[in-house]
Amino acid sequence: MSAWLRLHRQAFLAALRRLGTLNALVIGVALSLPAGGYALLEGLRAVAGRFALDAQVSVFLRADLKRADAEALGSTLRADRRIASVRFVPREEALKELAAVQGMSEVIGALGQNPLPDAFVVSSKPNTLEALAADLGKLPGVAHVQADAAWARRLVALAGIGRVALWLLSALLGLGLVAVTFNTIRLQILTQREEIEVSKLIGATDAFIRRPFYYLGVVQGAAGGIAAIAIVAAGLALLNREVAVLADSYGSTFRFAFLDAGDAFAVVLFAGLLGWLGAHLSVTRHLRAIDAS
Amino acid sequence: MVSYSSVAKRYPGGQEALKSVSFTLEPGELAFITGRSGAGKSTLLKLIPAIERPSAGSVIVNGQNVGALKRAAIPYLRRNIGMVFQDQKLLYDRSVFDNVMLPLAFSGHAPREAARRARAALDKVGLLGRERSNPIQLSGGEQQRLAIARAVVNRPALLIGDEPTANLDAESAARILDIFVEFNQVGVTVLIATHDQALVERYGRKVLHLEAGRIA
Ligand SMILES: Nc1ncnc2c1ncn2[C@@H]1O[C@H](COP(=O)(O)OP(=O)(O)OP(=O)(O)O)[C@@H](O)[C@H]1O
Ligand SMILES: [Mg+2]
Repeated sequence: MSAWLRLHRQAFLAALRRLGTLNALVIGVALSLPAGGYALLEGLRAVAGRFALDAQVSVFLRADLKRADAEALGSTLRADRRIASVRFVPREEALKELAAVQGMSEVIGALGQNPLPDAFVVSSKPNTLEALAADLGKLPGVAHVQADAAWARRLVALAGIGRVALWLLSALLGLGLVAVTFNTIRLQILTQREEIEVSKLIGATDAFIRRPFYYLGVVQGAAGGIAAIAIVAAGLALLNREVAVLADSYGSTFRFAFLDAGDAFAVVLFAGLLGWLGAHLSVTRHLRAIDAS
Repeated sequence: MVSYSSVAKRYPGGQEALKSVSFTLEPGELAFITGRSGAGKSTLLKLIPAIERPSAGSVIVNGQNVGALKRAAIPYLRRNIGMVFQDQKLLYDRSVFDNVMLPLAFSGHAPREAARRARAALDKVGLLGRERSNPIQLSGGEQQRLAIARAVVNRPALLIGDEPTANLDAESAARILDIFVEFNQVGVTVLIATHDQALVERYGRKVLHLEAGRIA
């Protein structure tokens, strides 16, 4: 092993020895907020995005409408150029879907008859959706029209706001990480002040003195990043247990996806870089103070 | 090895510690610097590893003008100079052994080689049995010997002692000086500051007597 490598290994090991679990945990908790928020937001965005893309209109027919009239209406809809697809949902099928939802079959049984109307589900481009919905409402035999995309688009807009909020939060907590590292290194330099002074007197280079502190900053930041990933993973796993119950009842397989490997790596890398920055600021400032004395 | 010409040192407070000091120390030589308290002995020694810079004149160590040395070059100068400080500067938060290991850490020695050198240095000053102790558990003379072990562990060509026998009884003081003489016998250039005139005379070596910042 070359002397250069050995010096770095030595500094790295010293940093590991001085790494405070508590500090790493504090950084981890702080970073888990934006990281977790990001994971949640990505999940919501995926859902909202899907709805917003193939914007849907549910067209509920009058209950007394004959099936033949309903089919005629279907042909009218298919002829409309604004409409991308048309799906007929007969009332029997709607009832079956509803009965599949836990606890609903008893309710339906108690009703004795099918309360649901026939319906069409049509999809179109999101921007023509509202005008289309208004037109469809005027057709004969249509009882009620519901445009599903409005809430989805609001959700997308909300997610946009959430993203900005997350960036602000990340910036703030990133600053916090730099400050925590700055202070950790300051205290470490204070406790090692004598060793540093003596070392310089007998031939230690500035680089040798600084190196372990840089490693400590990076290692502490990265350890905090790893703790944040672990916290987010545990949190999402817990959340998904509940989400699963809800999503299954809607026949959806939706789960909040865990941060992908690239994102997780980015969190650790970013935390390590901020740790480096905090160490750099602290070392530059506090070792100069020792020099001057 | 060491050559001073017309060296003056004025401290920021205005105190003139040295006024035109000139002398030469040949390689392999052993010399004493004597003088009363405040005569400027420590100041003179501190110029050699560039702990202080001269205000005037030139200090040449191993062919290098130390006063004009760049900051980045100073650590490498110091590694070739073994310095036993007047206040010893031992670290009391670690063992005797780890104190001696300190200078070896800078140079990136392999751990086994470093440990071997540290033991050899402790052996030379008779502290091999105490390597696990804390320096605080050592007597004054033993602490002084530990300081010597740390100074020589990097095998410097020049060994400097600033009052290494202060506060020691005659027997312990003689033992310390004998260690310096032993290093000198294997070729190390040695410079020792002391105010103990009687002790110095016993050795019959070169003596530089400082009086109020001048060599008398
Ligand atoms: N860092 C300093 N700042 C200002 N003045 C200093 C400093 N160090 C020493 N002096 C002054 O320089 C003069 C010489 O001091 P020096 O320490 O060299 O003497 P010395 O011969 O080593 O004395 P002693 O035998 O007590 O160790 C003294 O008057 C002292 O007050
Ligand atoms: Mg002195």
